[in-house]
Amino acid sequence: MAVAEPSAPVAAPARARQVGRHPWLSVLWTAARTPRGAVGLTLAGLVLLIAVVGPSAAAKSPDALLMQPYAKPSGQFLLGGDFLGRDVLSRVLNGGLELLIMAVAATAIGVAVGAAAGISAAYLRGRPDGLIMRTVDVILAFPQLVFALLLVSVLGPKLWLIVLAVGLSHAPAVARVIRSATLDISERDYVKVAELQGMRPATVMGREILPNLISPLMVEAGLRLTYSIVIMAGLSFLGFGQQPPAANWGLMINENRAGLPLNPWAVIVPAALIALLTIGTNTFTDAVARVTIGVERRPEEAALLDELTPRGAR
Amino acid sequence: MATTTVPAGPAVSRRDAHPILDLVSRRVVIGVVTLLVVSIVVFVATQILPGNAAYAILGRSANPARLHATERQLHLNRGELEQYWLWLSGLLTGKLGSSLANGQPVWALVKPRLINSAVLVFVTGAIGALVGVALGAVAALRKDSWFDHVTSVAALAVTSLPEFVVAIGLIILLSTVVWHVLPAVSLLPPGTYAWSQPKLLILPVLTLVIVIVPYIFRMMRAAMIEALESDYVEMARLKGAPERRIVLRHALPNAIAPTIQVIGLNFLYLAGGVVVVEYVFAFPGIGQELVSAVANRDIPVIQFIVVVLAAFYVFMNILTDVIALLATPRRRLAR
Amino acid sequence: MTGGQPRGGPAATAISDEGDRLDVRDLEVRIGEHGPDVVSEISFAVPAGEVLGLVGESGSGKTTVALALLGHARRGLRIRGGHVFLDGVDLLRLGPAELRAARGAKVAYVPQDPSAALNPAMRVGEQLREAVQVHPGAVDDARGRVLEVMREARLDAAPQMLRRYPHQLSGGQQQRVSLAMAFCCRPALIVLDEPTTGLDVTTQRHVLETVRALCRSYGVAAVYVSHDLAVVGGLVSEVAVMYAGRIVEIGPTAKVFGEPLHPYTRGLLAAVPSPLRAEVLTGIEGQPPRPGRRGTGCSFAPRCSFAVSECRARPPAPVLADSREVRCIRLAEIASTHAARPAVGGGPAPTGPATALSVRGVTAGYGRTPVLSAIELDVPPESCVAVVGESGSGKTTLARCIVGLHSNWSGEITFDGAPLARGARDRPKETLRRVQYIFQNPYTSLNPRKTVGQIVSWPLEQFLGLPFRERSERAVQVLEDVGLGGDFAGRYPDQLSGGERQRVAIARALAAEPDLLVCDEVTSALDVSVQAVIVEELRRLQRERHLAMIFITHNLALVRCIAQSAVVLRDGVVVESGPVERVLEHPENPYTIRLMADVPKLAVPGPESGDPAASPAES
Repeated sequence: MAVAEPSAPVAAPARARQVGRHPWLSVLWTAARTPRGAVGLTLAGLVLLIAVVGPSAAAKSPDALLMQPYAKPSGQFLLGGDFLGRDVLSRVLNGGLELLIMAVAATAIGVAVGAAAGISAAYLRGRPDGLIMRTVDVILAFPQLVFALLLVSVLGPKLWLIVLAVGLSHAPAVARVIRSATLDISERDYVKVAELQGMRPATVMGREILPNLISPLMVEAGLRLTYSIVIMAGLSFLGFGQQPPAANWGLMINENRAGLPLNPWAVIVPAALIALLTIGTNTFTDAVARVTIGVERRPEEAALLDELTPRGAR
Repeated sequence: MATTTVPAGPAVSRRDAHPILDLVSRRVVIGVVTLLVVSIVVFVATQILPGNAAYAILGRSANPARLHATERQLHLNRGELEQYWLWLSGLLTGKLGSSLANGQPVWALVKPRLINSAVLVFVTGAIGALVGVALGAVAALRKDSWFDHVTSVAALAVTSLPEFVVAIGLIILLSTVVWHVLPAVSLLPPGTYAWSQPKLLILPVLTLVIVIVPYIFRMMRAAMIEALESDYVEMARLKGAPERRIVLRHALPNAIAPTIQVIGLNFLYLAGGVVVVEYVFAFPGIGQELVSAVANRDIPVIQFIVVVLAAFYVFMNILTDVIALLATPRRRLAR
Repeated sequence: MTGGQPRGGPAATAISDEGDRLDVRDLEVRIGEHGPDVVSEISFAVPAGEVLGLVGESGSGKTTVALALLGHARRGLRIRGGHVFLDGVDLLRLGPAELRAARGAKVAYVPQDPSAALNPAMRVGEQLREAVQVHPGAVDDARGRVLEVMREARLDAAPQMLRRYPHQLSGGQQQRVSLAMAFCCRPALIVLDEPTTGLDVTTQRHVLETVRALCRSYGVAAVYVSHDLAVVGGLVSEVAVMYAGRIVEIGPTAKVFGEPLHPYTRGLLAAVPSPLRAEVLTGIEGQPPRPGRRGTGCSFAPRCSFAVSECRARPPAPVLADSREVRCIRLAEIASTHAARPAVGGGPAPTGPATALSVRGVTAGYGRTPVLSAIELDVPPESCVAVVGESGSGKTTLARCIVGLHSNWSGEITFDGAPLARGARDRPKETLRRVQYIFQNPYTSLNPRKTVGQIVSWPLEQFLGLPFRERSERAVQVLEDVGLGGDFAGRYPDQLSGGERQRVAIARALAAEPDLLVCDEVTSALDVSVQAVIVEELRRLQRERHLAMIFITHNLALVRCIAQSAVVLRDGVVVESGPVERVLEHPENPYTIRLMADVPKLAVPGPESGDPAASPAES
């Protein structure tokens, strides 16, 4: 039989082309090139830079009392003084790293535990599934913040405890999403093909299912990171994160609230940094979600897909 | 002949004949079990975990007399299961004990705050739902217009912000730095209720509304767009139906169902969100009470408030699911 | 008969005349304001009481034309030019309010998928009344009219029916509701867009009869869009064949289907199987070009065996020939040849054991619901058995039981003398290798994250234990064997068309060197011309590799072309089985008899048909 004509590429939604052997890299790269992705990455990256490089770049000590409380900004102290008279600029430069590390750690815990639970529940079905999902329901009955507060209330604001509490409170939501994605993929025909080829369940999971879970996992991880930062900052704000005299953006906002009429910068700058960071991560996650779900379909393609897709594929 | 073969599913069972009743009863059972487990977790976390709870609570102000008093009040000298049972039965019969911080009965302390928070939550929920639905519908109808782009971008940005940042931002804008039209704190005289001084409500409500509107907006917009681009709306257009009828009678009812779920979720979120916002504005609600109780390690108060919040969660979950089911005939009625 | 005078400009005389209700001229729809055209130069006319068939495969633009008849274009498309005259009024020149008034009242649409086209949150009665109420004055008594039109559409005109929601109706009932809605206001034109897709054969026949009766009694003109030539052949008096956005042939049905002139029409008809004759199907290799890639000349030229260099230079204008219009400059040469369809020879005499697979007393179900009862089936080696049934007959369940995807069955299935375990997980690898399964949907049976090469090589590694170098070579061989080149190995599934994907699935199955191939509706998701290619590939591969095959399908016509024996399933029970000629030509079971009667058959001249038509050219 004659060789078929080379096919015209099917009108696919904006999708990441596979780059090398790492599909997740190509998704991130594609997302970064969309307008939303670029904006998100820039914002988050900027704040990340400040948080990471800040401590080494601060010229003055964040703890020394160098001026009047709530001193206005001057040439020497660009952001003025905080409620004790410490240099706001130095405190700002030092105030992000710990927050960020805690947020990343909590996210990692939450996503890892949640994904493991979700995948197991979906693939094993039956009793283990029921057990895991009921546990999920219970934990989800708590607002995340309240859950952390509960544990902090008696055991004290130990940082590892907070990271663990916030991380575990993410796990149920992640488990739900990943479970439903895994169930979806497990029902696909190509997974059944693998079973027919005699693959053992563990191999099927690793070879067929996991690679297709990368996209929902990445989106969930991005969302959870944003929430982690929000909760960590909130806990710090309430006084249950790092304790004074540590420099911490959330803490700074609360500490310097009373002096807003005098030196608002002590509140505005850390608040703005937190805001830019969360907006950045959320926007970038949104860009990644659009790439993987193919939402950015040009209108013409949508109309064409109707016409050109054979009946069974709809 | 038909194309695909779908394996015949199970016959319609009795359960599908009354889906609403079935849903409610199942959820109530699960809800009760969940609350029970929550109560256990709360209890364990606060009284069992810290070893000598009394010592952990009193901290540095522990002296033998106070230790003894605390122990007696919390029944710490009894076995653990007995402690739990005493606490749980007390909870269910209304004997809630007294605050460790100021000796007031827990119920007297919490009741007015509960009411204030309830006012805050429901006022916010109602306003937020209306605004979110309206904006979302308009954005969907004017898809790809400047209005749509601006609102969508703004929504994305605002959903990312922590609520205390929004609160601080509003304070800076309206209260202390830029303009000075609203009070920065909502200190009510003790014993009064929130509605007696509405001006104090404005900023907290505004903060929470700003926080929840984007979620409702995005869902409504997406659901509305999906409805407007659906086959049945196209069919209605091809029948010659006027645009107004299409929007109100075809698109809107189908877009509401998923949006209700999101509105319900936001009510749930508010249960936690009030904590931070009440703290910022010193609003006398249970959120602020929880924060100070945690700072003071006031166990009975903490236990009660957390259980109340969990109960609210469970109830709202059930309510949301029922309403969503009512709005979706396909799930409501069997074939 | 010779090719007539080349004609430019809008078609006018031979096809349309003054008494037409619908007169379409030079209709053109583009992508966006300035994009490439999706359909162009569309011209046809339909007199009152007549039905015109608009046939084409995916990508031909037929749905776009159908919607344009109501002045509607889907998102991203724009109607850029032409006229749609309905009783003298050009619908495309109407203002928005007038167009809205015309839709539903003067021209009505019957959609393809009624379950999607009916609002799931609105009661059926309200949607029916809506069809009348949005046109105040069109009908005197709305309520009465609704009941009347329901009766005409053979729906139960009871209040309970009106109170139901769409999901509470069967597919056939939903389609009748759509029909009723369309005829409510007694329009002048009805546009039906593949309205019987997804319905079983008998329901389809009833719906078609209803359409015919209603059109005749109301004197409406109708346009019937379809990809199913057999259905169209039995319904319409005139047919237009579309390819790549243009009408390539249009004329009386008997002529166009009986003696097709355009190479594409010929190719299409040669691909349509018939339940009455066992013949070789000829598909058309390649794919139709998408909008914007249709090139300068005739869009069909790349796939056409009659093409010459002039065909690629400019698009052919419609030529009048033998009472129809054809867009081809090679008519003279084409008319002198005729497409013969060689009959299929008998299969090779089976050697070896009497049966490769035998099924005895298999009963299966899902949970507590029974799906199959006491099935008996024999598959001789190197022979193909077709399992035919409609939706819900249990044929896919049977296939899955045989292969082990469904393990909730009792009875005995013996393969090569040895009984098979219930589930695939309990079967030895060697057994899994020898029985291979091909899924229906080529869009979901290939892992999107693997390349074609990886997909095809895995069985080589898993079942044959070949080392890497040999695997790559063998994979390329298998790909070539199914008609794909070795360069497909590096591609990902979403870069392939439906037909190509299905070939990859077949290659994957063949790589394991099986003895039995189970094909589950493997062509149902494909266009007719692609289906023909795949079916012929399968037949050839079956012969060459001495495979036994089970071919599951709902398409009786296909059965004839590929299988030697047939088994008819109904509601989980075997109602008839035997050699395929006997089952299809002399069925004994009433159900089979009814099926054969209801199946639309295309009256295509057989291999022994006579000379090229010699009718004089029209004036």
